[in-house]
Amino acid sequence: MADAVSSSSLALSGPVTLDTLDEVRALLDQAASATRVDLSAVTALDTAGAWALLGHRGMRIEAAGPVQALLLRTVEAALPLPPARTARPRKARYWVGDVLAAVGAAVAGFLTTSAQGLGFTGLVMTRLATTLVRPRRLRLTALVHHMQEVGLNAVPIVALMGFLIGVVLAFQGAAQLRQFGAEVFVVDLIAVSILRELGILLTAIIVAGRSASAFTAAIGSMKMREEIDAMRVLGLDPVELLVLPRLLALVIMLPVLGLVANLAGLFGGGLMAWIELGISPSQFRTQLLADVDAAQALVGLSKAPVFAAIIALVGCQQGMLVKGDAESLGMRTSRAVVIAIFLVIVVDALFSVFFALWGV
Amino acid sequence: MGGEAVIAIRGLTNRFGTTVVHEDLSLNVMRGEVLGVVGASGSGKSVLLRSIVGLQTPSAGKIIMLGTDVLGASAADRAAVSARTGVMFQDGALFSALTVRENVEAPMRERLAVDAATRAALADLRISMVGLPPEAGGLYPAELSGGMRKRAGLARALSLDPEILFLDEPTAGLDPIGASTFDALLNSLSEALGLTVFLVTHDLDTLQATCDRIAVLAQRRVLVIGTLAEMREVDDPWVHSYFHGPRAHAALAAGVN
Repeated sequence: MADAVSSSSLALSGPVTLDTLDEVRALLDQAASATRVDLSAVTALDTAGAWALLGHRGMRIEAAGPVQALLLRTVEAALPLPPARTARPRKARYWVGDVLAAVGAAVAGFLTTSAQGLGFTGLVMTRLATTLVRPRRLRLTALVHHMQEVGLNAVPIVALMGFLIGVVLAFQGAAQLRQFGAEVFVVDLIAVSILRELGILLTAIIVAGRSASAFTAAIGSMKMREEIDAMRVLGLDPVELLVLPRLLALVIMLPVLGLVANLAGLFGGGLMAWIELGISPSQFRTQLLADVDAAQALVGLSKAPVFAAIIALVGCQQGMLVKGDAESLGMRTSRAVVIAIFLVIVVDALFSVFFALWGV
Repeated sequence: MGGEAVIAIRGLTNRFGTTVVHEDLSLNVMRGEVLGVVGASGSGKSVLLRSIVGLQTPSAGKIIMLGTDVLGASAADRAAVSARTGVMFQDGALFSALTVRENVEAPMRERLAVDAATRAALADLRISMVGLPPEAGGLYPAELSGGMRKRAGLARALSLDPEILFLDEPTAGLDPIGASTFDALLNSLSEALGLTVFLVTHDLDTLQATCDRIAVLAQRRVLVIGTLAEMREVDDPWVHSYFHGPRAHAALAAGVN
């Protein structure tokens, strides 16, 4: 855009476009005293160029071609732009006040979340009761589908996890118990810790990561595409259609997965005890049957339906809370996993206290 | 309308499994024209648009856009061509985590080295040009109505001052007033900016008001191409009922007045 600048007139040439915007504006600024700008040699003009030209109010634009004139008019019609936004003034900080406010907001948020969770649980329980009275309302196909999804498809990862936990317990236990010559008690160590606690707890944590997130994402994307609203106006109940099958599927399948984890854990522990301590499989079996009764396993598995309900309810509720944007889907999915795992661990601790008081 | 074809499609074939959407389709889009693409639902209008802009790799064929063979081009050449085109998707396809202004700034941010203030001003100019109120710039897509989302989508498509603009059903879901304002907007922009517009639509009023030529997709290819008047002479049954139906009469009558 080489350009003849006389005292009153600026002649631009070449393209006056987005790509040359900086040079054009520099020229216009240099020739601030000019009252006319000549476009006869301009080869290309786009909206950015027109905007730059019109930005210099004092200059009259001359010799614009018909298309250029049209473009200038179109851009001019879109002006004036709203005043440039200045950076938002920084809020004054009050350290103690801010901290207190943050604590208060967190407490309020926690209470709201708890209340919402409780409300949602109540809603689902009412629907569950209705369905129990009229079992034909239960969507059997959906139930079986979700049982496969959350149960059968999770067997490999749960079994592997159980097996490795058994191996680790046997290995660590052996190292400690060997010092006392009490190697054979490694069987009790493995059996009690896996059957009572670790088997089901770790299974629940894996399932929370796997299925709570899947529930939130599935229901959340339905919410985003207004499928939930469509169900409501069609007189279909989203809780009945979406939540109950998932809840029941998980309540049925989590104990099964827990059992799988228990068996895999005992197998892994037995194998390691055999290799590391020379406890033969028959010795392992004798010791297991002598010292550990079925109550241990039942204590563990009795927690499974509760964990399952927590995971399913949290996953589905977070899905229902998704709003229109993609960001909230991600946020809710991650929150579902965090809340589900947290609640599972808290409830597990409560179970421990309960069983201890009960003397099981 | 100069004689230069800015998009030249030759022998395009799109196959999904056993379904053949396009077979040996050829089409020229001339510089500066507004080309309307019509066809029955499922005739592959959107697939054609997606093939041209590179979202869909055709099974066979050649697409030359702005002198570049886009299917055989390197990633850099492809990107250079896409910088000269703008696409407006059916529902705007705005980035939901960004405000409207940030959406319009996004292409500039990626492709241009301009300072933040200029970028914001240019974004505001686009927002104003498509007829959105200035406050709209600070809103998130979820807070906009359907019509505003479409306008914001158009503002983003115009962000880099493209030479070719692709519009997918721009007036679908707009009220008649909104739709005719959109047609007028499209006309003034295409004229003032010298845009070439590739317009997929079902809206006969839009075809009547904006298009220089109309291409009818049927039987897996471009069945006929020509002006609206020429379309009314075609004796293919589908084309005939499309351009002679009650809706067509209303639209054309409106155009005559």
